[in-house]
Amino acid sequence: MPMDAGTIESMIKESLPDAEVTIQDLAGDGDHYSALVVSRAFAGKTRVQQHQMVYQALEGRMGGELHALALQTSTPKEA
Amino acid sequence: MSENPVLERIKGEVDENEVVLFMKGTPVFPQCGFSSVCVQVLSNLGISFKGVNVLEDGEVREGIKAYSNWPTIPQLYVKGEFVGGCDIVREMYESGELIEYFNTNGINVELANPE
Repeated sequence: MPMDAGTIESMIKESLPDAEVTIQDLAGDGDHYSALVVSRAFAGKTRVQQHQMVYQALEGRMGGELHALALQTSTPKEA
Repeated sequence: MSENPVLERIKGEVDENEVVLFMKGTPVFPQCGFSSVCVQVLSNLGISFKGVNVLEDGEVREGIKAYSNWPTIPQLYVKGEFVGGCDIVREMYESGELIEYFNTNGINVELANPE
């Protein structure tokens, strides 16, 4: 069952409360999104760690229900 | 590393090959858009690498996600270290960081068409 953008956004915000999340539906099929996530929680973390934090927020749906999420992460000052 | 044979096999690939791309399909015939982006980036930089086709090995396809705590394929490893999936490899390539990363890791870069 594909995911909708609103669910993705709320799940990310649940674990990263200060996050600014911008999601684009790339294919209109609920399976291919791009997301820009900006949060202070990423400070000092490598890109891999930042993306892992977002995947954790999505509680295992990444790569399963959610086939493709082109992800970009940054801390507020870089944005 | 645990005695899990699949993780041992993955570790073997990652330790024995300087650059390894766990991917869907093969470098010559990638079978997923994200995998082919990574293959394209590596060939643009003239990087020789080993492609591991996870579509031919279901155990590695799942095992690699546990190995790196990364839920998707493709996954790029350089000298045993997990660099990232398609998003990160592309972002590093576009910012020039990937060339720098290869250089600092002693991996020879030969730009396909230097400007």
